[in-house]
Amino acid sequence: MTVTILRFGGSNCDRDAERALAHLDIDAEIVWHEDGLPADTTGIVLPGGFSYGDYLRAGAMAARSPIMAEVREAAAEGVPVLGVCNGAQIGCESGLTEGAFTTNESARFQCEHVYLRVERNDTPWTAAYDEGEVIEVPIAHGEGRYEIDDDRLAELEDEGRILFRYCDENGETGPDVNPNGSKHNVAGILGERKSVAVLMPHPERATLPDIGLTDGQGVLRGFESP
Amino acid sequence: MTAYTATVTVRLKRGVLDPEAETTKQALERLGFELEELRAADRFEVDLEADSADGARERADEMAERLLANPTIHDYDVEVDER
Repeated sequence: MTVTILRFGGSNCDRDAERALAHLDIDAEIVWHEDGLPADTTGIVLPGGFSYGDYLRAGAMAARSPIMAEVREAAAEGVPVLGVCNGAQIGCESGLTEGAFTTNESARFQCEHVYLRVERNDTPWTAAYDEGEVIEVPIAHGEGRYEIDDDRLAELEDEGRILFRYCDENGETGPDVNPNGSKHNVAGILGERKSVAVLMPHPERATLPDIGLTDGQGVLRGFESP
Repeated sequence: MTAYTATVTVRLKRGVLDPEAETTKQALERLGFELEELRAADRFEVDLEADSADGARERADEMAERLLANPTIHDYDVEVDER
């Protein structure tokens, strides 16, 4: 069983994801997007980076590369898919998840640690946490502001599709602890299946103890076999 | 077949925050200009050949739907001119 980490031109968190998964004893390999999805893949990481130089919109080009049709097909069959940062942008651009991640409210690239509140823990990505638990992970993005029609956001909230929200260290959300202006502090969302998730923060950068934070480990444990 | 240029203009839907436009507006104000609001848009000029202007428009529409615009945040319009 091997998790596929998809590498596009401009991906730069692919090796971070590989090292982080290896630390958790989860077998993973980096696959160049033109080589196609391995038939026996047991999970898919859409890693962070700047695929195609963020041309047009972040994630727009990678989302339309042929391999993404294979990813959507695998996702529909229940293969776990996790999009991180640029991978989250690719996920939304490709229709795996709804909404869009666009220019930060500050109009600046933001690289800092944030707190996230786990909105539900009955998903593979959050089973290691308690509902309402606060975790600390880094963000590093210029286009991470979650944007979607208000009515549709309300429906997604009703359906429990919000996975993480930006919050303070006590789990309180609000505009003061919203690093990028995301609607309702949304940091991560689920696709139609709970096995598909995207988030702007970087769990793979909060997994290796040598780096410091390890709160992100639980997210990557979503790839462990049930 | 006739040669056309289809001009696709993609802009954020009204109500969607545009931090870059806001920053640009503030820079203009710092330069001493008076203005009420500034909106930015992307314009794509697509040269193509088609049987008719409608045919060219239809193809440019599909380009906007499938790639040039993101319907979650964008509106777009298409103008077609003979080249």
